[in-house]
Amino acid sequence: MTDPPTRLLRAGGDLLRRLAEPQELRPGGSHAGRHCASGWLSVTVLCEPDDVREDALPGPLAILVDRIEVRVRPAPADKGTELSVRFRDRPPRASLPRRLVGDDPEAELRSALRRSKQLIEVGEVLVVDPAPHGQRPATPTGMVVESWTRAAPGGGVR
Amino acid sequence: MRAVTWRGVNEIGVEDVPEPTILNGHDVILEVGLSATCGSDLHLVGGYVPTMRAGDVLGHEFMGTVVEVGAAVTRHAVGDRVVVVSFTSCGKCWYCRQELYSLCDNGNANPGITEALWGQAIGGCYGYSHALGGWAGSHARYIRVPYADQGAFAIPDGVSDERALFASDAAPTGWTGADLAGVAPGDVVAVWGAGGVGQMAARAAMLKGAERVVVIDRLAERLGQVETHIGAETLDYSKVDVPGELRELSGGRGPDVCIEAVGMEAHGLGPSYLYDQVKQQLRLQTDRPTAVREAIYACRKGGTVFTLGVFAGLVDKFPLGAVMNKGLTLRGAQQHGHRYVPEILERMSRDEVRTEHLATHVMSLEDGPAGYRMFKGKDDGCVRAVFRPGD
Repeated sequence: MTDPPTRLLRAGGDLLRRLAEPQELRPGGSHAGRHCASGWLSVTVLCEPDDVREDALPGPLAILVDRIEVRVRPAPADKGTELSVRFRDRPPRASLPRRLVGDDPEAELRSALRRSKQLIEVGEVLVVDPAPHGQRPATPTGMVVESWTRAAPGGGVR
Repeated sequence: MRAVTWRGVNEIGVEDVPEPTILNGHDVILEVGLSATCGSDLHLVGGYVPTMRAGDVLGHEFMGTVVEVGAAVTRHAVGDRVVVVSFTSCGKCWYCRQELYSLCDNGNANPGITEALWGQAIGGCYGYSHALGGWAGSHARYIRVPYADQGAFAIPDGVSDERALFASDAAPTGWTGADLAGVAPGDVVAVWGAGGVGQMAARAAMLKGAERVVVIDRLAERLGQVETHIGAETLDYSKVDVPGELRELSGGRGPDVCIEAVGMEAHGLGPSYLYDQVKQQLRLQTDRPTAVREAIYACRKGGTVFTLGVFAGLVDKFPLGAVMNKGLTLRGAQQHGHRYVPEILERMSRDEVRTEHLATHVMSLEDGPAGYRMFKGKDDGCVRAVFRPGD
């Protein structure tokens, strides 16, 4: 039985070690349970399930077809069709911060899924740039916003 | 072309920027007739929305004339005089089909940013930072309007530019609040904030049959506009006890519906306001919920509180206990303007909605920095500075 001050110090040391651990997901590591285990990325598309066929996927997903699995099923309450995709080789999921800024292996798939949804629903992919803007001096905060914006089409919580 | 741009925190510029071009088939290019400042711009100006980039063109409330039309556009032609909803919405996704247009799945090309902030991405908005799509704003000679068949509405002949301008944002935002808060005939409705949005929320509540509508602010000229142009009652919170007055005028019950049209930079009196200011300036909270708290405390049991002012992130000392124990409905939204603009334009043409008085200061783009300074300081009774790019 250790004395209270020692137990407190050990607890503090454990906490610091936990905080210092790298946040990357390691297979079987302590973070595994915090991610969606199946690896599916999903969007709900307002269309009939028959409008999304695995052998005729929209362009952004079609070019990945050899590397992905596709699942299509009706959404409840006339919300459309749930379109889910995942890489066949199931790369380890990156940490949430890396996913949010699109710095992860699934960023490409996330972006392709969103663009495919737009193609089915709207018929074209929304283009923003080149948008008119004035002088953009190189500042630290500006570079952060710019790099986050560049990554935003592929970033996301899932 | 010349444009009013965000140059940094509290720094507005006027500079040359390239003219927009059609990039999608559903685009039109609009020659901007009038473009208004909005209270929500001040959150960008003050650096409270940290996804602005120096050089971004400001402005999201505008009307003008169509000068170029994309191949897929069917409802508009060159020469049409239109007003444009500030949110970019596809009109095709499930959210648009539910008439929740500002929640559009396809209106924001940078969904990763708002998904990180809020869990899901919302639609895009002109001139409102890269979090809401990075769209160039309307304080410029020309603007590109995507999804033009959905977001641009022809202005009836009898409605002036100055009136139609506010069918872009202030009026449909007010309508969104009154409608989604469920204002019904006989209700007592309190609106916090007598700016453009608060005035329009009050007018919408009156047209929906509310028995009494009371608008709360401290600025005499704005309260005067409410009484003169909107026809609602007013309370000056610097002079009266607002919850007490609201209880008294509602038979002790409190208002049935409380609409907060102030947002993240609320002003107030007393220790609560001081606390919010200190915490916001120290970045320990992103938004000041001073008016929301008062709305929650004032609202009758079982009533509805609607957050219509713009909030971006986190607030402190939120009275969740009052929400739960009084059985309140708490709701909020950006504007779903596509749903309300046809009705608003029709009412404008019948003189049931008048908005010209909001444009207290009309000026050229070159006066952009002065206009924002005046608007922010509420100098000279400024309710809205409006730019006329053609001048």
